[in-house]
Amino acid sequence: MSNYMINHLRELESEAIFVMREVAAQFETPVLLFSGGKDSILMTHLAKKAFYPARIPFPLVHIDTGHNFPETIEFRDNLVKELGVNLIVGSVQEAIDKGRAKEETGVNASRNSLQIVSLLDTLEEHKIDAAMGGARRDEEKARAKERFFSHRDEFGQWDPKNQRPELWNLFNSKKHNGEHFRVFPISNWTEMDVWEYIKLENIALPSLYFSHKRECVVRDGVILAKSEFITLKENEEVVEKVVRYRTCGDMPITGAVCSEADTLEKIIEEIATTRTTERGTRADDKRGETAMEDRKKAGYF
Amino acid sequence: MEAQNTQLLRFTTAGSVDDGKSTLIGRLLYDSKSIFQDQLDAVEKSSQIKGFDYVDLSLLTDGLKSEREQGITIDVAYRYFATPKRKFIIADTPGHIQYTRNMVTGASTANLAIILIDARKGILEQTHRHAFIASLLQIPHAIVCVNKMDLVDYKQDVYDKIVEEFKEFSSKLNIKDVQFIPISALAGDNVVNRSENMPWYEGSTLIYQLEHVHIASDYNHVDCRFPIQSVIRPHTLEFQDYRGYAGRIDGGVFKAGDKIKVLPSGFTSTIKSVELNGEEIEEAFSPMSVTMRLNDEIDISRGDMIVRENNSPEVTQDIDVLVTWMSEKPLQSRTKVFVKHTTNECISMVKEIKYKVDINTLHRIEDVNQIEMNDIARISIRASKPLFVDAYERNRYTGSVILIDEQTNETIGAGMIVKHNVTA
Repeated sequence: MSNYMINHLRELESEAIFVMREVAAQFETPVLLFSGGKDSILMTHLAKKAFYPARIPFPLVHIDTGHNFPETIEFRDNLVKELGVNLIVGSVQEAIDKGRAKEETGVNASRNSLQIVSLLDTLEEHKIDAAMGGARRDEEKARAKERFFSHRDEFGQWDPKNQRPELWNLFNSKKHNGEHFRVFPISNWTEMDVWEYIKLENIALPSLYFSHKRECVVRDGVILAKSEFITLKENEEVVEKVVRYRTCGDMPITGAVCSEADTLEKIIEEIATTRTTERGTRADDKRGETAMEDRKKAGYF
Repeated sequence: MEAQNTQLLRFTTAGSVDDGKSTLIGRLLYDSKSIFQDQLDAVEKSSQIKGFDYVDLSLLTDGLKSEREQGITIDVAYRYFATPKRKFIIADTPGHIQYTRNMVTGASTANLAIILIDARKGILEQTHRHAFIASLLQIPHAIVCVNKMDLVDYKQDVYDKIVEEFKEFSSKLNIKDVQFIPISALAGDNVVNRSENMPWYEGSTLIYQLEHVHIASDYNHVDCRFPIQSVIRPHTLEFQDYRGYAGRIDGGVFKAGDKIKVLPSGFTSTIKSVELNGEEIEEAFSPMSVTMRLNDEIDISRGDMIVRENNSPEVTQDIDVLVTWMSEKPLQSRTKVFVKHTTNECISMVKEIKYKVDINTLHRIEDVNQIEMNDIARISIRASKPLFVDAYERNRYTGSVILIDEQTNETIGAGMIVKHNVTA
């Protein structure tokens, strides 16, 4: 009987590193999609480990809605400097200015689905053949069906009914001209795995993941940060709350949770007892039962 | 040793809604508190809209619009839950014969298979099929759950008869470790909590089995196999002469000082260090991703394999595989395909279809001209360059290939390398 065994975090780490190395070897112009959230920060950490002592052999791509938390951008710029990687920014504002995308109107307007246009434009402009993302299968039911190597047609579309089977650790990266792949190295991680690994490896995160005081607006049960991007409805008021974020998307759609957890230990404890999913705070997923599947088919992350 | 010491267990469940598969998964998720309130709310709402008077837990796993519309599982869905002892990944697959390829996909990475049997119906054709797939894919452990015991008044003789029958037919198969548990997924008997309705059953609950089955030996720790993914050369001042080989260990144990051989060149050297992120690893084994450095400068590139000097895989262009066909386009002999094996790939020719297996009876069907989607058949392949192969039975990772269509780029076949008769 052998005792050669690694724990679940090291097994997930090893799997993600294997996938990233396959991407670097099998594609010509891969990139890592970087949102500024904890999952993409984790991805840069894994990429650094995968290729050390060489630099990460692909650039980061940030699709910038212009509605970011200021902490995110500051963190991004420091990280890029520290890792010595290139950063490509695809701007949603630019797409709107050029008439490629149309801003939503109304009080719940968001630039979430406009990101699809900028993302596909950026991929095309830089002739990117593989875009790695930090999506996880435990996040959302459509994502539970994702492959590690997910094929996209020449229009960037996902065809969930016709996905390539994925067996053992053999990833098929073959494609025709103009098509590309989305690759998800941390598919098998859960929210808890991510936090436990962040603690294990002592990975730095933006301050908004930890408990802090913030001026907020509560809308349809979602706690939104007060910012220049949000228009108050008539009977809404700004209240100060002690909150933290479980995910980090655009300011107008990312909900905070009331929390006193200001250390990684406390966050892990909080997640262990929480009864809602992390995307439960995302207004973009509440637009219908298959909101995520519909956006993904069109080319969303 | 790290403080965090939870192991990961991947298991597969094959079956249809009728077997209670979704109920069982729902039960495991629910009793381990892995279903969140907002997910449950959404499922309750959908069940109401559909006019059900119960909460349909299959809506938790059936994620795609087309699946929810038809009320069936089409694709493999991955589910996650944890207990204080282990983390679990469930590959939830449909059980009908037209989804054999999905079952095979889910089974390919599993440590364990749960085979569900309806106590009222006993062993059916699909039980044979699920057991055969578990055996074919060499899933190291199987748990046969005789479900719906509540509907047969928790009678021991019903259970005993099914167990006997299963043992009899599975003796023809190659499943190393089989356990049997009488359960009711709906009522919760022997799933997470011990049943008070079946005092005659002295074994453990399903969750106890999942938490305690010994999985450390599931990987091959004997035959050293390290397929190269890429060569790391930083070209920086600090690491000017650094040359590291990146890969994931597919078998055996590697450590500094070991004598090794590189395939296909046959050059030998010794290991200078095994490391990750600049930190040395004392002993590296499957499934670890590492970077290996050697004491000699040898020309090594992606697709090469580092092995021990006195323990080599077979170096051959001719392989025999048991293939699961995954494409709507049938396969005929003399077809060209891409073969992907470890980090190697090359154009190859399917030379011969030897026989097809009837996956319900396990009988061989000889003299077949072509194989169709979901068929399992033995074929011979001639690769355009040498591959470094082990029998699948010996090593799942150096013993498996996928076949890719030259024109459409689709993955069309999953093959397990059979130990072949060596011809001089």
